[in-house]
Amino acid sequence: MAGIPHDHYEPKSGFEKWLHARLPIVSLAYDTLVIPTPRNLNWMWIWGIVLAFCLALQIVTGIVLAMHYTPHVNMAFASVEHIMRDVNGGHMLRYLHANGASLFFFAVYLHIFRGLYYGSYKAPREVTWIVGMLIYLAMMATAFMGYVLPWGQMSFWGATVITGLFGAIPGIGPVIQEWLLGGPAVDNATLNRFFSLHYLLPFVIAALVAVHIWAFHTTGNNNPTGVEVRRGSKEEAAKDTVPFWPYYVMKDLFALGLILVVFFAIVGFMPNYLGHPDNYTEANPLVTPAHIVPEWYFLPFYAILRAFTADVWVVQLVNFLSFGIIDAKFFGVLAMFGAIAVMAMVPWLDTSSVRSGKYRPKFKAWFALLVIDFVVLMWVGAMPTEFPYDWISLIASTYWFAYFLVILPLLGVLEKPLPMPATIEEDFKSHYPSVAE
Amino acid sequence: MFRKIAISAVSALVLSTGAGFAAGTETHIEDVPFSFEGPFGKFDEHQLQRGLQVFTEVCSGCHGLKYVPIRTLADEGGPHLPADQVRAYAKNYTVIDKETGEEREAKDSDNFPANTGAGAPDLSLMAKARAGFHGPYGLGINQMFKGMGGPEHIYSILNGYTGEEKEEAGTTFYENTAFPGGWIAMAPPLSDDQVTYEDGHPATMHHMTQDVASFLMWAAEPHMMARKQTGFVAVIFLVLLTSLLYLTNKRLWAGIKGKKHA
Repeated sequence: MAGIPHDHYEPKSGFEKWLHARLPIVSLAYDTLVIPTPRNLNWMWIWGIVLAFCLALQIVTGIVLAMHYTPHVNMAFASVEHIMRDVNGGHMLRYLHANGASLFFFAVYLHIFRGLYYGSYKAPREVTWIVGMLIYLAMMATAFMGYVLPWGQMSFWGATVITGLFGAIPGIGPVIQEWLLGGPAVDNATLNRFFSLHYLLPFVIAALVAVHIWAFHTTGNNNPTGVEVRRGSKEEAAKDTVPFWPYYVMKDLFALGLILVVFFAIVGFMPNYLGHPDNYTEANPLVTPAHIVPEWYFLPFYAILRAFTADVWVVQLVNFLSFGIIDAKFFGVLAMFGAIAVMAMVPWLDTSSVRSGKYRPKFKAWFALLVIDFVVLMWVGAMPTEFPYDWISLIASTYWFAYFLVILPLLGVLEKPLPMPATIEEDFKSHYPSVAE
Repeated sequence: MFRKIAISAVSALVLSTGAGFAAGTETHIEDVPFSFEGPFGKFDEHQLQRGLQVFTEVCSGCHGLKYVPIRTLADEGGPHLPADQVRAYAKNYTVIDKETGEEREAKDSDNFPANTGAGAPDLSLMAKARAGFHGPYGLGINQMFKGMGGPEHIYSILNGYTGEEKEEAGTTFYENTAFPGGWIAMAPPLSDDQVTYEDGHPATMHHMTQDVASFLMWAAEPHMMARKQTGFVAVIFLVLLTSLLYLTNKRLWAGIKGKKHA
């Protein structure tokens, strides 16, 4: 690959030369595996491998589950019980798949916040960031549709609420909603198309992951200092990097093992902890659950959706200025998608020339507050919409937008960064003074 | 300005915790120590058999168990009844034959019949469809230590009657401290010694309700013991693998980090 100079694959035997002239696949695998990687990556750089594992886990367990599942409103719930009771190892497969989604989102949030702290989104890695955001969106769509498939109460009512968001779009909203649902309400047509798309989207994600990796293999990895690998010569680059194989493969596998210990403990000993009990009651269009709560990983954005009610002055102002086209419901929908949009736009909102948050004293505090904000939003998203939760969600939602739209653009101008190491080698040696020359 | 917002967010958070506690519905769920709780907990097959007796003699009058195949009563990690007893037990029920469409005596290959009326909910998944424990403050930490509280919910409902009744629109409601809203349509189904246990076990309310709650937990999660065993093996294996990976990784990086000893 382009970028950091390193040794390339040389076909040696006759067969290798023959194949290489026709399909340089060994070369591709070799260059991907031994790509020079900054030697100072810390433990926050392990989430990529965890995410790759999650995708594989979800696809493998999902394909087997699909062999036993029936996407029909009269049979879906019973077919899940069939999996839980009669299919060999079915209960384990289903619990792995359900909790696998949670691990997937847990890892992706840490991966995203790692990127936000160390400035991994900054030039020249904007495309990596944008593709990552697309993966995240596709993950959310996949997880949402997957949650509908067991056809429990939360499946049905969650689907009703979320597709209702599209119905809030002025004018064409109801048409879009009906098109998504395949009818006037969540029903068999909805279940069938969600099943089909739930099967399709993971492969779209897999393709996007390949593009994501391609993009950052072109630019090279970011690292905790944000200082670029020197590219003057092979020798110079080698001082800043180690080959991905075996150094980071082993490190990442070790980290993955540690995480899987916890994951399998949850799957084995408390597999329903992260789920909602209401989903063990079959969907009933006539009975609305007391509280409709999405899965934990959607809660921060669900909180933002619900935060902007009709009594908030910003909502009233926008409503007035748009001649009533943007009502409170649509405002909430815009806020929810906007919250992800501002995150996707962060490469152009952050004006600081310093990449890593490590050397940005003021940024550190605001970033810490953003992390707290995210956790608060997640918590308040599961609470009823009454005082004081309405105020907390409004303040927390406001901070989310303020961080990206106000604080990041201003900080780049106002902040005086700390001195940075000149090279990755220097940074690495400051951690390991006994490094041999 | 943002510091102020942050401060008000934090103080609002502190204030809210008290309010959230007060606003919660005041149902009382008893934390019952069940034999199957925790990573090493196991179903007690004798208790499950007693629970089955309570279900058969009392609950099945109104409640169905439609997702549970009768044959699974013979399963290991469940009530573990001998196969001939299960075949004999199946004859307690009549089912509609799927092929002929006619009523016939149930076989062990059939499921328990569905709800037979009275508007009572099916109990196949009841022990997983209710959470007995919440919080604190919406964080769900209690569930990590006490469990989800499904069987505790069943136990508490059965023991939660205060003796008060009221009639609304022709239906009698019974006051119950465990039921959300406080009034339940189900009449108190059990009283001391209502069931004579075949194994001579005392049939107090406490025992009967605990037994039937355990049975319903098994009905909802028949492979719980197999699952815990799989989890246990997986965790042990992964701890070993991860330890080896740790040592490998340490040795591998020793050269790079300039450490002499791996």
